[in-house]
Amino acid sequence: MTEEVPRLVDHLFRREAGKMVSYLTKVFGMGNLALAEDVVQETLVKALETWPFNGLPDNPSAWLMRVARNRAIDLVRREAHFKYIAPDLAYLFKLREEGAAPEPQREKEIQDDQLRMMFSCCHPDLSADAQVTLILKTLCGFSVSEIAHALLSQEDAVEKKLGRARKTLRESGTFVELTNNLDIPRRLETVHQALYLLFNEGYHGSRSDRKEPEELCYEAMRLTLLLCEHPQGQRPKTYALLSLMCLNAARLPGRLSDDGTLIQLEFQDRSKWDPALIGKGLEYLERAWAGQAVSEYLVEASIAGLHCSAKAYAETEWGRILELYNLLYHLKPTPVVALNRAIALGKAEGLEKGLEELRNLPGAGKLREYPFYPAALGEFHLLAGRPKEAEAYFAEAVKRSRNEPEKVFFERKLKSCQ
Amino acid sequence: MADFLYLFWNKGGVSRMDTASPEEIQKMMQKWMAWTETLKKGGHIKEGGVPLQSAGKVVHGGRKNVTDGPYAEAKDVVGGFILVTAKDLDEATELSKGCPVLEGDGMVEVRPIRSLPA
Amino acid sequence: MADFLYLFWNRKEVAQQMAKATPEEWQKVTGRWTAWLEELKKTGHIQSLGAPLQMAGKMVQGPQKRVTDGPYAETKDVLGGFNLVTAKDLDEAAELAKGCPILETGGQVEVRPIRPM
Repeated sequence: MTEEVPRLVDHLFRREAGKMVSYLTKVFGMGNLALAEDVVQETLVKALETWPFNGLPDNPSAWLMRVARNRAIDLVRREAHFKYIAPDLAYLFKLREEGAAPEPQREKEIQDDQLRMMFSCCHPDLSADAQVTLILKTLCGFSVSEIAHALLSQEDAVEKKLGRARKTLRESGTFVELTNNLDIPRRLETVHQALYLLFNEGYHGSRSDRKEPEELCYEAMRLTLLLCEHPQGQRPKTYALLSLMCLNAARLPGRLSDDGTLIQLEFQDRSKWDPALIGKGLEYLERAWAGQAVSEYLVEASIAGLHCSAKAYAETEWGRILELYNLLYHLKPTPVVALNRAIALGKAEGLEKGLEELRNLPGAGKLREYPFYPAALGEFHLLAGRPKEAEAYFAEAVKRSRNEPEKVFFERKLKSCQ
Repeated sequence: MADFLYLFWNKGGVSRMDTASPEEIQKMMQKWMAWTETLKKGGHIKEGGVPLQSAGKVVHGGRKNVTDGPYAEAKDVVGGFILVTAKDLDEATELSKGCPVLEGDGMVEVRPIRSLPA
Repeated sequence: MADFLYLFWNRKEVAQQMAKATPEEWQKVTGRWTAWLEELKKTGHIQSLGAPLQMAGKMVQGPQKRVTDGPYAETKDVLGGFNLVTAKDLDEAAELAKGCPILETGGQVEVRPIRPM
């Protein structure tokens, strides 16, 4: 019987909440972000109270948008002061008179609303962390507790962060208009960083009790795709970022075993990787390379592309991967990049060379808590036939592990040395 | 067959949905649709549900004072109602158990309706 | 115009007395109700005729779905019936409710706006 119950698209309300908040903020002005969020809440509750009895509307998204818009018009009518602060009032009333605009045009406007919101959330005075929090709240329809859960934070900390961020936006006054050819290119960099951070929060979700860390990955991909579809976002760097996300997300299904433990790249079942996402990733990678600018996203995506293209682990092109890591280290000289470069060096030019590099890793001091550093040393010793040395390193990795899957993974490694 | 009224009571007068996230509201929606679909298929829905706004007025007896509502002597508030048809009070009660308000510690009041004189 | 729900809250003791009322008393009360509802109908305020409720009933509560005997008992009043009306606004709906016979015996009418569909 259950399958005959009309079903909503997964996460539809989240999606629509993001669209409605973006639209309503345009209507009410940036200073009234909280009001926009209230109207959206009201709209969703109204849907909850009527749809189960009246049946699903033919077009749920359009129903929600219409109800939210009518509520906005009522509020604007009632509150005279909106006449002064609502920048887009004329537009709103025009819509009311015209009735429904043609669907494709409407769709385009909604996309623009969301992009405008995205650029506005990436205000230069906000920390990257605050930007991501704001994006999750306004564009992705996450509640405070869902954000706290996703970003491994506390609810009151998230609440405070949002409050401060809203204040910053309110004081800055206006939206960044998509037609603003000065601010938009300047902010694009920040938008990229926020989306990259959002994706990585989901990808490296460092807590095992998180139900669906991948959700953040998909939210990041959705927003990046939106950016790729707009002239202001169509830059090689945006393509590279989307490519990187696709190629990493494609491999998510192979990353964990059925009992939830991490599987090393070497032992992953490559048939579980998502071929459609790999195809998309490679397509965007090609478009990114066609541009002139080499970015860290482009290099990272290229590395991910080589892993995805290798039919088996033994066929991995380590020589090319090493070249790319050399380039990446040049662009982004962080200890973690150095670590990955050393691993690639060992794979490409021999274990002892890799070990030598690992022992003299630049910035190793900053990796004092990073479990994968001793794990890499352990792995190389193990491969070189020195299980005694390897054991000590894996024991250290177990000590440093940050969550259950990591701990289980390193413990297994430790056992294999004995 | 007889007619019954289901009254949906929100515990403490608050609907949890006012602070729920879009994702939570969507999940709740799915539950409501599953329940009303069951009732509809069984031919139990007499008159579709009516959700109520939480605002309102109360007119008091005697001097007919009007105060802001909802009815405030109970710590719980009626959030909506629906008219159903069932064999008897027991069946009506059984059917009400699928109602999602119960998951949030809410209540369903099941009341037989007096047949109206024609 | 908007739709409103009238919930008729009856004093418990009045409701209990009514259960033992004589046909003569019943007729009197029924007559008053009919007169009021007729008036509302004539002026186009009746949206859908509600119904009086029997005193019996069940309460189903919480995730454990515990069933107890109804009606809802946490107040001195008990819900006796309901009606759907149409009025200009909440104020008019409350004004119209003042004619309700339940008020004569100390009862209350709860007027609740219905969420427009």
